[in-house]
Amino acid sequence: MGLISRMSTLLKAKMSQLLDRAEDPRETLDYSYERQLQMLQDVKRGVVEVVTSRRRVELQAARLQDSVTKLDEQARQALAAGREDLARLALERKQVALQQLNGLEAQIADLEKEQEKLTATEQRLSAKVEAFRTQKEVIKAQYSAAEAQVKIGESLSGLSEEMADVGLAVERAQEKTERLKARAGAIDELVAQGTLVDITQSGDTIDRELAKISASQSVENELAELKRQLGTGESPKQLKEGSDQ
Amino acid sequence: MIVRIATEGQYRVGSDTLDKLNAIDNQLVNIVARGDQAAYDQLLKSMLDLVRQSGQPVALTEIVESDLVLPAPDTTLAEARQLFKGDGLIPD
Repeated sequence: MGLISRMSTLLKAKMSQLLDRAEDPRETLDYSYERQLQMLQDVKRGVVEVVTSRRRVELQAARLQDSVTKLDEQARQALAAGREDLARLALERKQVALQQLNGLEAQIADLEKEQEKLTATEQRLSAKVEAFRTQKEVIKAQYSAAEAQVKIGESLSGLSEEMADVGLAVERAQEKTERLKARAGAIDELVAQGTLVDITQSGDTIDRELAKISASQSVENELAELKRQLGTGESPKQLKEGSDQ
Repeated sequence: MIVRIATEGQYRVGSDTLDKLNAIDNQLVNIVARGDQAAYDQLLKSMLDLVRQSGQPVALTEIVESDLVLPAPDTTLAEARQLFKGDGLIPD
């Protein structure tokens, strides 16, 4: 069995759980219309949740950006005061903050994409629900229960499939938002404590070593550049005059 | 033939597209078994693009059941693997 048939089976399984069929098919119509409206509310709530998370991450990014600026200034002051050790510390923290900032920007882009997708889902479902409502009224007005049974068969299964699919989209968006929220919460805490997580603790050993090397290289380069700007002391020997970072 | 791309929408496709879909599906089975991430990403995308480009989107006001359902565009390799295990994409 291929991926397509697995996926088809999965969605059909979800469909069968969605709608209980009543004795009178016309009741089934009303009942499923209620379910659709509920589902539409779920999707709308989903969109709001994603937007809220995105705003929160954007706020964090702005705060991190502030602390990058602040750490930069502190490094400059420390060096002007002849405290190279403090300057190095500030620049190290700045590197960590910058890396976190990159991560947050990627998260913001992810959440924007989720928001777009869910909004499209909402529009799709809302058009289907409206189409169903019209059909439902026609069927209820024109057909006996027995005739309605035949008439609604196709549109009811088509609609439960639509609802199952929308349910899937909402679940996926929620899972992603939850994951991002958890990460954002962790960063919030660290920012509040004034200590950002050491970015070098994630990833495997090689990643960690590489991150350390590149972070410390950036710190050294910036320190040299600050010294050059302040006109203090000799620039480190490994750096060529006017070298870029 | 009505084909749904999960979480995206439905398309009407011809039988020639169906043959191509089947061929891609068979390749995907092997790739998922091998765990080849790059090939998986590329092939999933080309499968969905095939439907998007050769199919006609089903009107929003039309309510029909699909003959086939393709995985959502953001289905990860791990999720595809789960599908084969029969656990389902999302636990109920």
